[in-house]
Amino acid sequence: MSERMSTPQETVERALSLSRADDCVVIVDEGSSANLRFAGNTLTTNGVARSSQLTVISIVGQSSGVVSRAAVRPDQLADVVAAADQAARDAQPSEDARPLAAGASTGDWDRGVEPTTIDVFRDFAPALGESFAAAEASGRRLYGFAEHILTSSFVGTSSGLRARHDQPTGRLELNAKSRDMSRSAWTGVATRDFADVDVAALDATLARRLDWAKRRVDLPAGRYETILPPTAVSDLMIYLYWSAGARDAADGRTVFSKPGGGTRIGERLSDVPVRLYSDPAHPGIECAPFVVAHASSREQSVFDNGLALDATDWISGGTLANLVQTRHSAELTGLAVTPQIDNLIMTSPDGGRSLEEMIAGTERGLLLTCLWYIREVDPQSLLLTGLTRDGVYLVENGEVVGEVNNFRFNESPVDLLGRLTEVGRSEQTLPREWNDYFTRTVMPAIRVPDFNMSTVSQAN
Amino acid sequence: MRQIDPDFLALPLRRLADAALQRAHDLGAEYAAFRLERVRSETLRLFDARLEGSMDADDLGFAVRVIKDGTWGFASGIELTPEAAARAAEEAVRVAAVSAPINREPVELAPEPVHADVTWVSAYDVDPFNVPLRDKVELLGGWSSGLLGRVDHVSASLMQVKEQKFYADSAGTVTTQQRVRLHPVLTAMRSDGDRFDDMRTLAPPVGRGFEYLTGTGWDFPAELAEIPDLLTEKLKAPSVEAGRYDLVIDPSNLWLTIHESIGHATELDRALGYEAAYAGTSFATFDKLGTLEYGSPSMNIVGDRTAEHGLATVGWDDEGVEGQSFDIVRDGTLVGYQLDRRMALLKGFGRSNGCAFADSPGHVPMQRMANVSLQPAEGGPSTEELISRVERGVYIMGDKSWSIDMQRYNFQFTGQRFYRIENGRLAGQLRDVAYQATTTDFWRSMEAVGGPQTYVLGGAFNCGKGQPGQVAPVSHGTPSALFRGVRILNTVQEGGK
Repeated sequence: MSERMSTPQETVERALSLSRADDCVVIVDEGSSANLRFAGNTLTTNGVARSSQLTVISIVGQSSGVVSRAAVRPDQLADVVAAADQAARDAQPSEDARPLAAGASTGDWDRGVEPTTIDVFRDFAPALGESFAAAEASGRRLYGFAEHILTSSFVGTSSGLRARHDQPTGRLELNAKSRDMSRSAWTGVATRDFADVDVAALDATLARRLDWAKRRVDLPAGRYETILPPTAVSDLMIYLYWSAGARDAADGRTVFSKPGGGTRIGERLSDVPVRLYSDPAHPGIECAPFVVAHASSREQSVFDNGLALDATDWISGGTLANLVQTRHSAELTGLAVTPQIDNLIMTSPDGGRSLEEMIAGTERGLLLTCLWYIREVDPQSLLLTGLTRDGVYLVENGEVVGEVNNFRFNESPVDLLGRLTEVGRSEQTLPREWNDYFTRTVMPAIRVPDFNMSTVSQAN
Repeated sequence: MRQIDPDFLALPLRRLADAALQRAHDLGAEYAAFRLERVRSETLRLFDARLEGSMDADDLGFAVRVIKDGTWGFASGIELTPEAAARAAEEAVRVAAVSAPINREPVELAPEPVHADVTWVSAYDVDPFNVPLRDKVELLGGWSSGLLGRVDHVSASLMQVKEQKFYADSAGTVTTQQRVRLHPVLTAMRSDGDRFDDMRTLAPPVGRGFEYLTGTGWDFPAELAEIPDLLTEKLKAPSVEAGRYDLVIDPSNLWLTIHESIGHATELDRALGYEAAYAGTSFATFDKLGTLEYGSPSMNIVGDRTAEHGLATVGWDDEGVEGQSFDIVRDGTLVGYQLDRRMALLKGFGRSNGCAFADSPGHVPMQRMANVSLQPAEGGPSTEELISRVERGVYIMGDKSWSIDMQRYNFQFTGQRFYRIENGRLAGQLRDVAYQATTTDFWRSMEAVGGPQTYVLGGAFNCGKGQPGQVAPVSHGTPSALFRGVRILNTVQEGGK
C-alpha cells in the first residue's frame, strides 16, 4: 500500500487517464487553515488544519456521476474514478448536460501548493495580546475570531481544460464589551494575509462606540429613518444575490418572478441608479475567474466547470439586469449565461458620501452596527427577519447622542432598494451574518426613511 | 448487534494514536487526545421526479488536541501514517506555544472515568450506503410522480450520513463508534396565478437507516397523499388577522422553538460568554441556576445523549465522556446546563454531562447540543383535547422560518400549516402567520403539555455554532402543547403590503 500523497496536478492527470467514461471532470481542492478564537481578553480555541478533496465527475452520454473523497492515496484513485464512472452509467440523463468547456489553461498550473500556517499570525497575535492588555486596563473585554484559509482549486477536463485558482480568505471579527457586558460594539475586516490588519486601530473604534453607548435611549418598535452601514448592506445584498437564481425565478418561486410567467429582468427596482455586480478581478476581492461546480443544482452545473467568468451586472442603473444562470437555465429562459461569482459589489454612480458625512447629514435617525440571525419569511417578497446587534445608535442633528435598544426587523432587501433615499461611498466590508460563506464584498452605507423595526429585543 | 464497518477498523487507528500521543507526551503536553474520523455523506436532489444532482462524498482525517502549559493546541492531518500523526502532535504543541501569549485562563478538564477500548453503534437496520443510488432515485421519483398533476412542481431530497470516529486520549480512554442518520424531504409547489405557495413533508430527520423510507418510523405514502389537497386549501386560505391568540403547537413545529429558545440558551459556554462574539450569549446566566422561572410548572426539559434514534445520541462524546441524560428545567425552573469537560470544571459541576462534539476531523471539539426535549405529561391530553380547550386560537404544524436574538430572548417563527381554532374546533387553514415572543413569556404561557401519545422526536442535521463554523445533528422530542395569548403577526403586513 502506497501511503504518499500525490501532487494535485498528478492526481488530476491520473484520474482523467483512468476514467472509462465518455468525458470526465476532475477537481482537486487543497486546503489549509489557521485560526485563533478569543473571549474576555483571552484565547479560547485555536488550530491549524489541512484538507485535500478529490471530486471526480464522470459523464456517460447525457448522464453524470459524482464521487468526492478526502485524502485519496494513489492506490485508491482507480476505485474513486471507477465509482464515479459507475454512478454515471447508473444515472438518468441530466437536463443540464452540455459539451464541456473548451480546452484552455488558467492560472499557474504547475506551481506547487504553499499552505498557510499558524505563522500567518506571527505579527497579529502579539498585537492582539497588546490590545487585550490595553482593553483590560480600560475596562473593556475583547471577543472575536481570526482565521486564514488558503484553498487551491485545480480543475481538469477530458476536453483539455486545465484551470487553477489559489484563493486566500482571511477574516477578523472583533467585539468589545464593557466589563458588566451591558454595552457591546463590533467590527470586522476581510483580509488576504493579515498584513494589513491594524488591531489597535479597530479596538480604538470599538472603544469610541462603547463611549457612545454610555447614554441609553429606549425607543419603541416602529418605522425609523435608518442608516445601514456597509456590513449590514452586504448581509442583505448577499441574501438577495443568493435568491437570484434564474431557474427558480422562471418557475414563479421567487421575488424575481414576473406575475403570470417569466422573470423581472428589465424591471426597475430602485429610483436611485444603484449598481450591484460581481467581478472576479475586482482589486482586493479577487476570486476564481472560472466556474468550479462540485455538484449540479438549480444554480450551478457540473457541465459548466471551467467556464470563464466575466464581470456581471445583476442590477444596473437601478434595473434588474441579470440572474444567476447555468448554460442550461440560460437556454430555458432565453437569457445570457451569467454564472455565480464569489464576490459582490454595490455602488452608486456619484460615488456617495462617507458614513461620517451621512451621520452628519442626519436630522434624526438610527445608525445600525450590523444585522444578525437573518432568515427568510416569504420567498415571493423576499421578506427577511432578523435582529440588530452590537450597537443601535440614535443620531440627532448630525451627531450620535446615545445607544438605543435592539430591534427585530422585518424587511425585504428588494423592497428596500425601492425605498432607499441615499447610497453612500462604497468600501470593502465583512458581512457579519454570512462571513462563514461569503467574505468578498464592497458595499456602501444606505439610508432608508422607514425601516421596519417590528418589535423590541431585550438582548443587549 | 450491529458492527462497525471492517474497512474503518482496518485503518491504522491505534498506530496513529500511539504515535501522536507519545509525541505529545515527549514534548511535555499535560493532556493529549487523538481522534480519527471518516464522515461519509450522500445527497441527492430531484425536481419534478428527475434527478437534478447527487453527490457521494467523504471526509477522512485525524486531529490531535493538546494542553501544553495550560494552553490548548490543535492540529489536524490527512495523511494516515504514524509519522504524519506525530507531526500533527508537534504542530499542536507549536500552536499552543504561539497562542500562549494571548491565553490568560489556564485550561483544566473535569475528570472522567477511563473507558478502555469500548465500542458503540447507533440503532439502524439498513445501511443507506448499501442501497444503490438508482433505488433511491426510483423511490423518491415515484413519490414525486404521484404528486405531479395535483401540484405544479415537486422537489425531493435525501441526505444520508455515516459517521465513524475513533478516539484515544492520554488518560487511557479508547472509543470506536459508528452512527447513521438520514433526512428525506419532499416539497410540493403550486400557484393559482397570483399566489405561489409550497408545503413540505413533516417527517423529521432521524438516527435510523434506509428502513425509515420503507415503512419503519414514518408513513410517507400516507403523508404524501394528503399534501395536494392541503396545499390547495392553503392557497385559498384567508390571511390571518394580526393579534394575540392561544396556540396549540404540534411537535413538528415546537421542536425548533425548543431548539432555539431552550437548547442554545442552556449551553454553559454561551451562558459564560465564550460565544459572545458569534452565536451570542444567553439570558439564562449562571447566577440564575436554580432560581430562574423559565416556564410554567408543566415545563420539564431533559438533555440526553442516549435516546434511541436521536441525532445527538452517542456512546461517548468527543472528549471521551459517557453519554448521559440530565435535567435542564424541572417544574419550570432552570436546574442544569449542557457541559463539556472544561466548562464543567470551571463551574464546579464535577463531571461533564458529555456534550462535546466536533463535526469533522479538521475541527476542534466544542460544547454542542444534546437531544434537548420537553417531557410529556403522564396520562396527559391528546392534541385534539388541547385544541378543544381553545376558544379562539391557531394550531401550528411544521417548521419553516426561524430567527432569535443573540441572548435568546426575542424570537419569531413561521410554519408549514396554520389552522384557525374556533370554539374548540379546527376551522380551516390560515395564511401569512408568524408567532413572535420573548422566551420566558412564551414558556410561562404554556398551560398544558400533551401526553406521551403526542410525543414526537423532531430535529435537524445542521445546527450551526462556533468559529470556524461547525454543524451538528440534534433531535428534540416534544408533545403537543397549549400556549395562551401569544402575539401573531401577519407577514404580508410586516412586509409593508
